[in-house]
Amino acid sequence: MRVNFTVNGRPQEADDVWEGESLLYVLRERLGLPGSKNACEQGECGSCTVRLDGVPVCSCLVAAGQVEGREVVTVEGLADFAKQRSCGTGTGAGACAGHTDATPDSAPQGVSLDEAKAWAARPQDSHTGEGAQLSPVQQAFIDAGAVQCGFCTPGLLVAADEMLERNPDPTDADIREALSGNLCRCTGYEKIMDAVRLAAARQGEAV
Amino acid sequence: MSSPNGVPTKITQGSGTKGGIGESTLRPDGTLKVTGEFAYSSDMWHEDMLWGQILRSTVAHAEIVSIDTAEALALPGVYAVMTYDDLPTEVRNYGLEIQDTPVLAHGKVRHHGEPVAIVAADHPETARRAAAKIKVEYRELPVITDEASATAPDAIHIHEGRDDHHVGHVAHPNIVHRQPIVRGDVTRAAAKADVVVRGEYYFGMQDQAFLGPESGLAVPEEDGGVHLYIATQWLHSDLRQIAPVLGLPEDKVRMTLAGVGGAFGGREDLSMQIHACLLALRTGRPVKIVYNRFESFFGHVHRHPARLYYEHGATKDGRLTHVKCRIVLDGGAYASASPAVVGNAASLGVGPYVVDDVEVEAIALYTNNPPCGAMRGFGAVQACFAYEAQMDKVAKELGLDPVEFRQRNAMEQGSVLPTGQSVDSPAPVAELLRRVKAMPLPPERQWESSEGADVRQLPGGLSNTTHGEGVVRGIGYAVGIKNVGFSEGFDDYSTARVRMEVVGGEPVATVHTAMAEVGQGGVTVHAQIARTELGVARVTIHPANTEVGSAGSTSASRQTYVTGGAVKNSCELVREKVLDIGRRKFGSYHPAWATAELLLEGGKVVTDGGEVLADLVDVLGDEAVEVEEEWRHRPTEPFDLRTGQGFGHVQYSFAAHRAVVEVDTELGMVKVVELACAQDVGKALNPLSVLGQIQGGTVQGLGIAVMEEIIVDPKTAKVRNPSFTDYLIPTILDTPTIPVDVLELADDHAPYGLRGIGEAPTLSSTPAVLAAIRDATGLELNRTPVRPEHLTGTAPSTD
Amino acid sequence: MDFLRPASWQEALAAKAEHPTAVPIAGGTDVMVEINFDHRRPEYLIDLGRIGDLYEWEVGEDSVRLGASVPYTQIMENLRSELPGLALASHTVASPQIRNRGGVGGNLGTASPAGDAHPALLAAGAEVEVESVRGSRRIPIDDFYTGVKRNALAADELIRAVHIKKADGPQQYSKVGTRNAMVIAVCAFGLALHPETRTVRTGIGSAAPTPVRARTAEEFLDAALDEGGFWDNGKIITPSVAKQFADLCAAACNPIDDVRGTASYRRHAVGVMARRTLTWTWESYRGARRTTEGAA
Repeated sequence: MRVNFTVNGRPQEADDVWEGESLLYVLRERLGLPGSKNACEQGECGSCTVRLDGVPVCSCLVAAGQVEGREVVTVEGLADFAKQRSCGTGTGAGACAGHTDATPDSAPQGVSLDEAKAWAARPQDSHTGEGAQLSPVQQAFIDAGAVQCGFCTPGLLVAADEMLERNPDPTDADIREALSGNLCRCTGYEKIMDAVRLAAARQGEAV
Repeated sequence: MSSPNGVPTKITQGSGTKGGIGESTLRPDGTLKVTGEFAYSSDMWHEDMLWGQILRSTVAHAEIVSIDTAEALALPGVYAVMTYDDLPTEVRNYGLEIQDTPVLAHGKVRHHGEPVAIVAADHPETARRAAAKIKVEYRELPVITDEASATAPDAIHIHEGRDDHHVGHVAHPNIVHRQPIVRGDVTRAAAKADVVVRGEYYFGMQDQAFLGPESGLAVPEEDGGVHLYIATQWLHSDLRQIAPVLGLPEDKVRMTLAGVGGAFGGREDLSMQIHACLLALRTGRPVKIVYNRFESFFGHVHRHPARLYYEHGATKDGRLTHVKCRIVLDGGAYASASPAVVGNAASLGVGPYVVDDVEVEAIALYTNNPPCGAMRGFGAVQACFAYEAQMDKVAKELGLDPVEFRQRNAMEQGSVLPTGQSVDSPAPVAELLRRVKAMPLPPERQWESSEGADVRQLPGGLSNTTHGEGVVRGIGYAVGIKNVGFSEGFDDYSTARVRMEVVGGEPVATVHTAMAEVGQGGVTVHAQIARTELGVARVTIHPANTEVGSAGSTSASRQTYVTGGAVKNSCELVREKVLDIGRRKFGSYHPAWATAELLLEGGKVVTDGGEVLADLVDVLGDEAVEVEEEWRHRPTEPFDLRTGQGFGHVQYSFAAHRAVVEVDTELGMVKVVELACAQDVGKALNPLSVLGQIQGGTVQGLGIAVMEEIIVDPKTAKVRNPSFTDYLIPTILDTPTIPVDVLELADDHAPYGLRGIGEAPTLSSTPAVLAAIRDATGLELNRTPVRPEHLTGTAPSTD
Repeated sequence: MDFLRPASWQEALAAKAEHPTAVPIAGGTDVMVEINFDHRRPEYLIDLGRIGDLYEWEVGEDSVRLGASVPYTQIMENLRSELPGLALASHTVASPQIRNRGGVGGNLGTASPAGDAHPALLAAGAEVEVESVRGSRRIPIDDFYTGVKRNALAADELIRAVHIKKADGPQQYSKVGTRNAMVIAVCAFGLALHPETRTVRTGIGSAAPTPVRARTAEEFLDAALDEGGFWDNGKIITPSVAKQFADLCAAACNPIDDVRGTASYRRHAVGVMARRTLTWTWESYRGARRTTEGAA
C-alpha cells in the first residue's frame, strides 16, 4: 500500500508498504530517517518515540497505514521543531532568540571532577559540537554527559522536549514520571536527570 | 559495490575544544548522537540489500532428524536458504576460547533458540515467512539443567569427544573448567574460629539488555571478500572466528565498527556476524540482519547464574579466620567465556579481605540452559553477592557493626590475596567504606508532600499500592573487588596508530584504533590523551576497523588502561619523531633543542621551563608523522590448576556502596531511595564519564537485586520471558539518586596512574541493596533477584 | 494482509461485517506487538483511527459515555472527578507514550485478565456499547468477560463506547508490578464506594482467568456496613471487618503461577490491596461526610 504523511514538516510518500509495517520501519527503512531506534518493538523502551500530531508515541506500535495524512516529528527534526516553537509557530524566521546556535567560540570547556560530582542544573554558556544547530534539550544532553551509547537518546530527547513544552519547571518526580517510558541501560539515569534539569534551567533563563 | 548508507566517518573535535586528560571534555560523537545522525549497526542500509533471518530451535536438547528447506526456497523473494550442509569449509564451529559453537546446528541442538538455518529475502517479512516454512524434525533428548543432572554418571555428554585444554582437569565432561584456590590450612584455622557461618546462595541469570539489538550489514566485495559493518566489542576477535568459517584469508574479511548500542559483555561472542557474511557471499548482495528484542534474548550469552556455598569463620574480635567456598556457575550449552569467568569467580571469591586460610572451588557446567559468558563484572559479581551476605551474617553473629567488621578485615596495599599475589597498588577498601558511610543520609519519609503521599516516591510508584502503609526503611553496605584487564597469562595488548600533520594551517592529530566504542567514551579519552601528549587542539578520531592492529576487547574495564595506554605510547613516539624533525630543522638556532626536556603544548614546542622554541606548524611543514605500535601491560600468569596460586591479575578495582531502601513489607515492593557509591579510580581521565560509568554500573547492580532474571523452565530448559515485557530492567522511576565519591589514588604501574572503572560499581551495588532489604525486613534472602513473592513468604519452596 | 481504513463508523461496521476475522486496530498497543513479534498475521486490519466519535466523551447525568479510543492520558487529565477509579487505573498503564495512544476499547477488545482498566470498570459499574450492522446493544460489564482473552462480542461487532457510572463516592485502584513504572499487572484491585445505594463494588485483575468481582466480599461488607450503621455514623471500619473483607477478596481469586508472579503471592497481594483501598476510600468518605456536616 501507499502511505502519504508529513515528517518534520516535509510531505513524504512511502510506496509498496507491507500492511504489517510499523511507522518505525517506514521511517527507518523507507524514508532514510533511522534516528528513531528499534530497541524493543513492543512499546516497552521508548527508543522509537516520535510525535504524532504533536503527541509522543512509540512509533513501533503505530501501523504505517494509520499515519496517512498525519504529521510526525522525529529526532532528526527536533532542532527545527524547537526553533519554530521558540519563534512562535509558523513564522519560520531564521533569527530568533532563545535558541542555542553553535559557534566555534562557544566551545566545550569541560568540568572539573568536583564540579561534576556536585553537578547542579544551572544556566551556562552552551557547549556544542561542530556547528550543528541543536535544540536546548539536545544541547543539555551533550553538556550533562547524558549520552553514552546513545541508543535511547533520540526517544528520550523527543519525550523530554515534549515534557518541557508542557511543564517548563518540572520537579524531579515530574521528570521521572514523564521519562518512565524510556529505558536507558548505560547511564543509570542520573545524567539524564541532570540534562533535563539543565535544559529547564536554560529555558527558564531564556524566557 | 557502492558504499552503504551509514558508513562511519572520521569525527574531528575542533580547535575550540579544549580538554586534555583530567577534564570533562564532551563526547566527540555527542552531536551526532543527539541529532539522530549517528549510524548504529541496525541503521546501515544499502540500495539493493537483502534481509537475513535466522531459524532457531524450538526445543533445548534434541537430535535433528531432518531439515526440509524446499518450501522456503520456493517462496518468491527468497534468495538463499542455508543449513549446516551449505557451509563452505570444514571449519564449522567458532568460540572465544573453545571452538564448540556450531555456526548452524549439526545433528543436534543443545539449547533453546540455537541457530538451525538462515534465510535471505527481499523484505524482513518475506524472510520470516520463509524461515517459518523450513521444516525441522527433532527427536527430543532429556534436558540437563543443573549440577546434579549434568554430573550424573549416566548424563549425556553435551559435547561428545571434547578435546579442549580443560577436559583433562575436570571430573566430568559436562564441567567446562574447574579452578581451585588453596592457601594455608583451613581446617587448622577453623579451629580458631569463635563463630562459623554457612550459607547457600543463588544468583539468577541476568541479561545485558543493551538497547541496540544485534545487527549488521555484510557487503560482498569484488575481490571475493566481504565487508562487515558490525556492532561488536572486539573486531579482531570476531575476525579470527569469522574468516576460517567463510574460507577466506583474514585480509579479505574487512570489518568496520558500526555504531554500538551498548554491550556490557553481550557482544564478546559472535551473534549474526558469520550468518550475514555467508548469505552475502552466497547471494552476491548486501545482507542486513537485525534481531528484534525476542531474538536478542537468544542471540547472546547471559550472565552465569550461580549457586554459591560459603563458610566463613571469625574470632570474637572480628578477624576472619578462614573462608571455604564452592561456586557452581551454569555455563549453558556452549563454553563462551566460562573458563575465564571461573578463574575470576575463584580468585576473587573471598572478596577484598585478608584471609590467610582459604579453600575455594569454582566450576562452570555445560547444561542445556542458554549459553552464558561475559557480562559486566564477569564472575566477580556472583561471588560478591554471596561473600557480602556472609560478611553481614558474621558481623551480626559477632554483634559487630557490618562496616566496622569489614574494615577490620579489609585488604590494603601490600596485602596478599588467596592466589598468593601481593596487591601492589593502592587498595583503599576501608577508606571507601568510611567515605560511603560518611555521606549524609536521605531524609526520612521523603515521599511526604504538602498534598499527602507522592506515590511516585514510594514502593510501587505510580501503581498506587501504598500511601506509607507497611513501609520500612533499611540500610545496607557492600564492597567488592574486580580485576582489570585480561588475566591468567593472556597476552593483553592494544594497538594505536597516531598521525600528526598540518591541516588548514593547524596541527592535527589523528587517532586510529580498532577499539570498540560501545558508549563508554573511549573516543573522548583518546582525543584527550592526544591533546595532552601532542599539544594540539584539533583531534580526529578515525573509525575503528581492521585496517589497524587489534585493540583487544572493550571489556574487563580495560580499554582506558590498555588502548588508552597504546594511544599514549604512540603519541609519545610521534612526539619524539616530531622533536627529531624540529631538531633537524631548527636545532642550530637554539641550544635548548639539544639540552632541554621538550614538550608539545598549545601547538608549540616548548622547553620544560616554558620557553617556546617553535610552532608545530613550522616544524611539521608538509610532513606527516605516523606511528602504529602495540602496547601491553605487565604480563600475568595462569593460576596453578591445583592450588590456584599465581600472579593472575594485573590490576584491581574497588568500589563500595551504601543502599537506602524502603520496603513495603506487606506487599514486598521495594523502592531504592539512594544508592551511594565510593570508588577509587586511580586517575579520572574524564570525570564526567567516570561518574556515568559508576552510576550506570550501579543501576545494573540494582536491576539484578530486585527485578532482572531470565527465567528458564527447569523441565524444558526453555526461556520463559524473552521480552522487555517480562524481563524487566530499571526505569528512571526505579532508580534512586546516586551520589558518588571518587577517590584518585594513582596506580604507578598504569598509564597516568589510572584504574579500570567500568565493572566495580556493578559488584557491590547488588549486595548493598540486598543488605538494605534484609535490614528492613529481617528476612534472610539468599537469592537474587528478590521479587515481591520472596519478601512475603509466597515464593515456591524451590526458589 | 489488507489494511482497511474506514472513514466512518458505518464503514467500519460494514467492513467488520464483511470480514468477521478482521482485527480492529486503534492505539496499536496490543495488535502491533503481536505483529512485530510474528505472533499474529491477521488477514485484515481495520484502522479505527479515523473515526472521531471514538475519541470523544460525554458526561451525562448518571454516567460518562467514554469513546472506545479516548486515550488513557485524556481520562487521567479530564475525568478524575467523574471516574476517579478509572483515572487512577489509567495512570498505571504502561508509559506516557502508551497512555497517549491506548484506550479502554483496546483493553476490552483484548480482554486480557491483566488489562488495567477492568478492575476499575467492574468496581464503578459500566456497560459496553457494541455495535454491528445488525444493530447496537449494551453489554453489562459483569457479563462482558467470558474467558481468558475472550469477551462477549460477536464476530461482526465492534466496541463503540463504554458507559461508566459517575462516581457517587470515593474510588481507589492499586496495581502490583515488579517495577515502579511501566509494568504489566501481577495483580490489580479496584474498589468503589457507592453511598447512594450503600453498596461497595470491587474488581480484581490478573488473579483469575478473567477480571472478576469479589462478590462474596462485597456482600459481606455491604451487610457489615449496614448492620454497624457505618454509612450514617461514619465510624472507622472495624479492623476485623476490614480483615474479613480482605480475606474474602483474596478468596475470590483463582490465580496461576507464571513468570510475573506466583498464585500464592497474587492471592496475598489482592488481600492487602483490598484492605488498603477500603481504608483509603472509607477515610475519604468519612472526610467528605465531616466536611458536609461541618458545612450544615
